Amino acid sequence: MTTRAPQGRTRPGAADLQVGRPGVVWALPAALFFGLFALLPMVLVLVLSFTQWSGLGSPELVGTENWSRLLDDPVMLKSIGLSLVLTALGVVTQTPVAMLLGVWAAGHQWNRAVLSAIFFVPLLLSAAAVSVLWRAVLDPNFGVPAQMEWLFGDGNLFGNQSTAIAVLVFVSLWQFTPLHALIYQGAAKAVPPMLYEAAEIDGAGRVRSFFAITLPQLRNTMITSVILMVVGGLTTFDTVLILTNGGPGTDTTITAFYMYQKAFRGFDFGLASAIAVVLVVAATAISLVMVRLSGYDKMRSELEGV
Amino acid sequence: MSNDLSVTPAEQVSGPTTSPGSGGASRPGATSAGVPLRRRAGSRSGKGSRNRPNWGAGVAVTIWLLIVAIPLYVLVTASFQTQAGYAEGGPLSLPTTFTLDNFTNAFDQGFGRYFLNTLVVTVAVVGIVVLLVPPLSYAIVRNRSRATTGIFRMFLLGLAVPASAVIVPIFYVISVVGLYDNLIGVILPTAAFCLPICTIILSGSMRDITNELYEAMALDGASPRRVFMQLVLPLSKGGVATIVVYSALQAWNGFLFPLILTQSESTKVITLGLFNFQTQYGVNIPGLLAAVVMSMIPILLVYLFARRALVQGLMGVGGK
Repeated sequence: MTTRAPQGRTRPGAADLQVGRPGVVWALPAALFFGLFALLPMVLVLVLSFTQWSGLGSPELVGTENWSRLLDDPVMLKSIGLSLVLTALGVVTQTPVAMLLGVWAAGHQWNRAVLSAIFFVPLLLSAAAVSVLWRAVLDPNFGVPAQMEWLFGDGNLFGNQSTAIAVLVFVSLWQFTPLHALIYQGAAKAVPPMLYEAAEIDGAGRVRSFFAITLPQLRNTMITSVILMVVGGLTTFDTVLILTNGGPGTDTTITAFYMYQKAFRGFDFGLASAIAVVLVVAATAISLVMVRLSGYDKMRSELEGV
Repeated sequence: MSNDLSVTPAEQVSGPTTSPGSGGASRPGATSAGVPLRRRAGSRSGKGSRNRPNWGAGVAVTIWLLIVAIPLYVLVTASFQTQAGYAEGGPLSLPTTFTLDNFTNAFDQGFGRYFLNTLVVTVAVVGIVVLLVPPLSYAIVRNRSRATTGIFRMFLLGLAVPASAVIVPIFYVISVVGLYDNLIGVILPTAAFCLPICTIILSGSMRDITNELYEAMALDGASPRRVFMQLVLPLSKGGVATIVVYSALQAWNGFLFPLILTQSESTKVITLGLFNFQTQYGVNIPGLLAAVVMSMIPILLVYLFARRALVQGLMGVGGK
């Protein structure tokens, strides 16, 4: 925000040093549009968290009331725990599957290309379609559990907390693994083949090559992918909305879903904004910590001069 | 801060990925492993240790294939069965009945209207993205001023803003400007949230244009506008195709903004239609799944014809 406003006009000379370079004007329409519909809301959410608003009329300032209500809210505390559990389970299930699939798909065999095309299909579906499909497939009366009672018991996977969470984790795995596999595939293709040839000459087998070459080479990709998973896992709630509706009870009410509920079912937009601020801060903080811990930012500064 | 994580891989990866990706991606590896051009005849014929059949991978991939394919099988077979036939046979059996009623019923429930609304949203979002992003990327790549760097930073920052975290203020903004329950109100934020990734993808492909070409045009005294129209746009066609496909996919599949910004039948999009269909007729699984199939058809068509653009674009999300 701050960088945009004061520098609206081209600094004289800067852009005209060489003929044919575009001025800042070229960037302005997109920047203004984005600022208005994506960055302004980021600021507004903080402001709204100090107000009371029911969706009608204008918001009224109420100081820190929403925040103190939030601190005493047992559902909020529970939802934070659930969000963290679901996000962590998402990362530990999706990362290995996506990495192996990505490395596998990076091979040159034609059958891999064909199968990859099929594996990619879940990514094309909307979150709504994925959730509706799985809700139908796992329907207690007409779905797979009813047909395979030997595996699923009474079959109502949505009826208790642990199976409901398992369903959410599994559906996320199904839905998001292709994207992350694709990211890994891109990175695995960029690993110089020479490294593998050298390893092969040294007698390294497949497993050894994977751990000694592929894994270290994919390190940065892994950080990117995990950050995407964490931010996505903490903030998306469409799957929860359609699959479990936060239930049974509040047993799968993750924080993002709780925000939606408070805002668009309880019309308590002030409190919902406070929850949104918590989400944004948490997602950003976790990403930054990961970047720091992994030394990713130092690598950046080495390349800065390039 | 958060821009760091996005910039670095672009610098590192763009060399190796984009150049082989655009042409004989698979050649170098295969040739050096000692099986030049034998892949079509039978990929497993080579005897180098890297070409041994990988049984572990085979088993794992088969399991994953089942996981991916079973729900898709249920989806397709169920949508062509009668409700009674489906209830009797269960989801996994071979279908015993055949009907197209589920699809015609979905149309009667208003899916034709939803389809049209979604199409309007998609076309408009793609239009906005295509109008705004190429000039922006051009400025980012060619303009060296601090203002442009700042703008690029802003978009990288925007990459880290999850749409679902700002639904409340977006609802507020759209209500205040009087666009609630109006497709325009859905179009604007949807397009805005496509911008960061599209900008990164397109700037990436514009960076591949060599400096010599710019210099040649500058020697001719070409204006920025002419450089843009005659050099930059033609040479970044691939990138433009990618952002078109990417933003179309985002708009077509968008659920969150329609969910919070529309309410009436006349503005309903297809994803919202699926959601409502489920809450109202959840027991009619064949009907529900027929609606899901219908919502997928346009995307599958795009996937068939523009797979490369789509895959490159999505790979760019992580790689760049």
